[in-house]
Parts: sequence; C-alpha cells; structure tokens
Amino acid sequence: MSTEKTYAEINEKIKNGKAVVMTAEELIALVEEKGFSRATQEVDVVTTGTFSPMCSSGAFLNFGHSEPRIRMQRVWLNDIEAYAGLAAVDAYIGATQVPEHDPLNSNYPGEFRYGGGHLIQELVERKRVRLKASSYGTDCYPRQEIETYFTIDEINEAILFNPRNAYQNYNCAVNLSPRTIYTYMGVLKPNLSNAHYCSAGQLSPLLKDPYFKTIGIGTRIFLGGGVGYVAWNGTQHFPSIQKDSTGRELGPAGGTLSLIGDLKQMNSKWLKGASFLGYGATLAVGIGLPIPILNEEITKFAAVKDKDLYAPIVDYSDAYPNRKPGNLGFVSYAELKTGEITVNGKHVPTAPLSSYPRAKEIAGILKQWISDGTFLITEPVKLLPNVNDQITANSLKG
Amino acid sequence: MAPERIVLRFTPDTTEKPVIYRLVRDYDLVINILKANINPQKEGTLVLELTGEKYQQGLEYLRQEGVSVQPLIEGITRNEQLCTMCGGCTDICPTKALYMERPSMEVFFNDDKCIVCQLCVKACPMHAMEVRF
Ligand code: SF4
Ligand code: SF4
Repeated sequence: MSTEKTYAEINEKIKNGKAVVMTAEELIALVEEKGFSRATQEVDVVTTGTFSPMCSSGAFLNFGHSEPRIRMQRVWLNDIEAYAGLAAVDAYIGATQVPEHDPLNSNYPGEFRYGGGHLIQELVERKRVRLKASSYGTDCYPRQEIETYFTIDEINEAILFNPRNAYQNYNCAVNLSPRTIYTYMGVLKPNLSNAHYCSAGQLSPLLKDPYFKTIGIGTRIFLGGGVGYVAWNGTQHFPSIQKDSTGRELGPAGGTLSLIGDLKQMNSKWLKGASFLGYGATLAVGIGLPIPILNEEITKFAAVKDKDLYAPIVDYSDAYPNRKPGNLGFVSYAELKTGEITVNGKHVPTAPLSSYPRAKEIAGILKQWISDGTFLITEPVKLLPNVNDQITANSLKG
Repeated sequence: MAPERIVLRFTPDTTEKPVIYRLVRDYDLVINILKANINPQKEGTLVLELTGEKYQQGLEYLRQEGVSVQPLIEGITRNEQLCTMCGGCTDICPTKALYMERPSMEVFFNDDKCIVCQLCVKACPMHAMEVRF
C-alpha cells in the first residue's frame, strides 16, 4: 500500500524525537539505495537550503516616538534613504538602496560598497545606526527634524519582509559582446569567456517542490539564521516547466516566495550585505525550507538530481537587457558544477554566485532543529499558484 | 637607484608585443622578472623589478602599448570571516589562485599562485579579498 502521512502525524513524531529528517542530498542517496517507496516510508521531512544575493529584500522598522512627536516623512539610516510613506515612525529599508551621494556608476564600474543590505546586516549585529528624519509639522506631529542613534534592541519592531526571494531557478549568464559587462550576475568577461549561475541546484528549495504541493502561505522556514514564514507567493511568481526547442521537459522555473520574519532573532552569518561591481548593493539571504514527505510523489520531486535540473543560458550583453526572447540552450546543474560547460561549441568556465557550502550548512541546521523537536512543520493556510495556473508575465508599455 | 616593483597586466591582444625587449633596448632598464603568467591570446600578468634612469619613460611606453601598469602591493589575503564561499571569484582569477574543490564546492585561496592582479578585490561581492600593502 502506498504511504500517506499527514502534517499532524509528522509533527507528532517530531515532538517525540522520532521523526526521520534528512537533507535533500541525503534523500537522493537513500532513494538510490532503497527506492522511492521505501524512502517514503522511512523519511518524514527533507530539508533544503540556499544562500544567495536576493535583491528584493528589506525590513520594516518602527522606531518608537520622540518627544515632541515627528511624523517622519523622509527617513535616512546611515545616509541611506528608507521609505517612510507609511504611518508615523514606520519605514521600510530596502536592500538595494545606496547612500545619498554614492558615486553610483559615474566612475564606471561603480563599487557600491555600502547599501541597505549592509545596513540590515549591521542592525542584526546590534550595531548603532544613525537615524535622520524630516517632516512637515502637523498639529499632532509638530516636530520637523530629528537626528539620533539606535540599535535594533531599542526600536519596537524590525521585521524582515522580502517580497521576492528563493527563485526556483535562474539563468546561466554569459556575455557574447566584445567588452566586459558588470551585471547582477557578476562580472561577465567578453566573448563568452565565463558563465555565472546562481542556484544550489539539487539542494535549492523550490526545485524540490516544483508543483508547490507542500509550500504555501504560513510555511515555517529557516530565514536569515532564525525562524521565518512564507507570507505569499513572491512578486513575479510565474511557475512553469521549461522546455527546450524539441519540446523536451527540463524541470521547473519561475516560482518565487515572499518571506517574513522577526529580524531581531536572526543572525548576520545568514544575512550579509553584498556589492556587485557596476551593478549595485544587495543582501545575501540564507533560506531553508522543510518539505514534509506526505507521499511518494513528493519523495520523487524532492529526490531530483542536479543532472535533471536545468538552467537556460542567457546572453546578458544583448538578449537580457533588450528583452529579446530565446536563449543559447539549456545546461544541467551537474554540468554547471563541473566548472566548465560548452556554449556555441566553445568551452566556457563556470562559477556560481550562490554558495553551495552555505546551502548545505543551512539544510543541515534545519535538519538539526527539526530533529531536536524545536521546529515543527506547518500545513499551509493556502497553497501557492503552480504551473497549472498558467500565470504569465505582464510587460510594461512605454 | 633602488629597484621599483610593478605589476603589468596584458589584454589578449597585447600579450604578443615584445615589450620587455623594448624596455631593455630603448629605455636601458635592468629587469628582474618576479612572477610571470603570459599565454598567447589570453589575459596575462608580469611582476617586475625595474631599475634605470628612464624608468618613467619606460612606464609611459608600456601604457601607450595598452599594458596596464600598477605598483606592486605586498599581497592579497582572503578574510575568512567575510568569504561566504560563493565561488564567484573563481572564474575571474586569472591564475586559479582562487579555486573550487569539487564536489564540496568549497573555495580555497592559494597564495603562491596569486599574482596580485587585484581583479578579485572588486569582483568579490563580500569584499573578502583584501589588499595588504
Ligand atoms: S567571491 Fe568573495 S565571497 Fe565569493 S568565494 Fe570568492 S572570495 Fe569568497
Ligand atoms: S589578486 Fe585575486 S584575482 Fe588576482 S591572482 Fe590574486 S587571487 Fe587571483
């Protein structure tokens, strides 16, 4: 008889310290040894992980009120503007915002050494941050300016809220032009001389639940070293199954998550400011998702290997910026991880931007939390749209 | 006159030019090659010690030929606290001083192979590669 487990049954086992938890890679090895059916019986939860730059990240902060009160129309944290078009003393600091007077790309390629991502890291490290705010006065909020310092422990809330994280899959970026280009996929050398990819492949969360059968609103996760939750689908959530020119299916792509969690309990090892030469500042975020093994179908998806997961190869000198359709073919994560691929008949060295050792560490930590009985899995309040919903991207006219 | 230490960086099309010969013949410089990594039609690097009266003119000549000239700094170190082992530097580093071990995909830094080109210093998103003067 085929195995069926419920969230409640798995949580009961976790509480009793009896759940069998393993990382997605350990599951792959187990399935090779014992097959899908036995693995489904034996394993309760599989853990995944990713540690990558994720630009669509940021934090809502509530500073508390001063005497007299100020509404805070505009807010700067260490000279980086935070969005304050909210209620008094609320603001959102985005990972990619850079300080006023940053030279940007005026001295191309710009270095972007400090930005919102670095600031978030410093907040988590409990460093003192300079707050400057200005406002027009009102009868209830008369003050027009304030300049002060705070640490994360001295403000009311610090909520990490990342509208688009954990991309299911990503492009393998190359450069066909004769000059070096500086992109969010790193430095791409001229004439197809390197290729950058950004996924942990067979450990990456959304590649292991391609149809969103277990991941949904409310799913409890590892986020930035602490506990977080899936809040919604991410922006630009267009789940699909990739096909090559012959119609062969090449695994999932397109899904994203929006994530939330209390920044105060996170750890800067897993939230790190980062800079992309000539592109901008961002935040590297550590994310780990648990996948409950409810039945054999979920095991099959969670045990997919690098050799069966593919990334499209995209030219970032022309096709990407000018939004020209098509790609230069697909390449598997197994090939990407060897350090060399073949594109247009040329041998091209590859390098990742997503840390595989850190992804592995995250999957291991989450496995430990669940094994210890301190981290229970959650049945989603609602599952997220999947490939069957056929969501397509809208484009902007103009 | 004390020797000056410099780093020359070649683009693929400047590696073919006989610049060292010209430095000796036209500028009368005494040259000691400390490190070299030159391959035809690829990016290349030379670390030199130069002595001679026409030192500045020699450098000017190199720049005109499209060779980048920088003073030699002591070295490059990797700040292990900052490095996240993403691997992004491993195809930027021209000498494989930064390299990945497979299948663990851990990134290592081999000081001996480093020619101090500093390409990794700006390319590393974590600013983990530091210049030591
Ligand atoms: S790019 Fe920087 S953080 Fe990434 S592996 Fe290289 S040194 Fe480490
Ligand atoms: S400076 Fe950096 S990029 Fe250049 S050789 Fe040394 S390690 Fe490699």
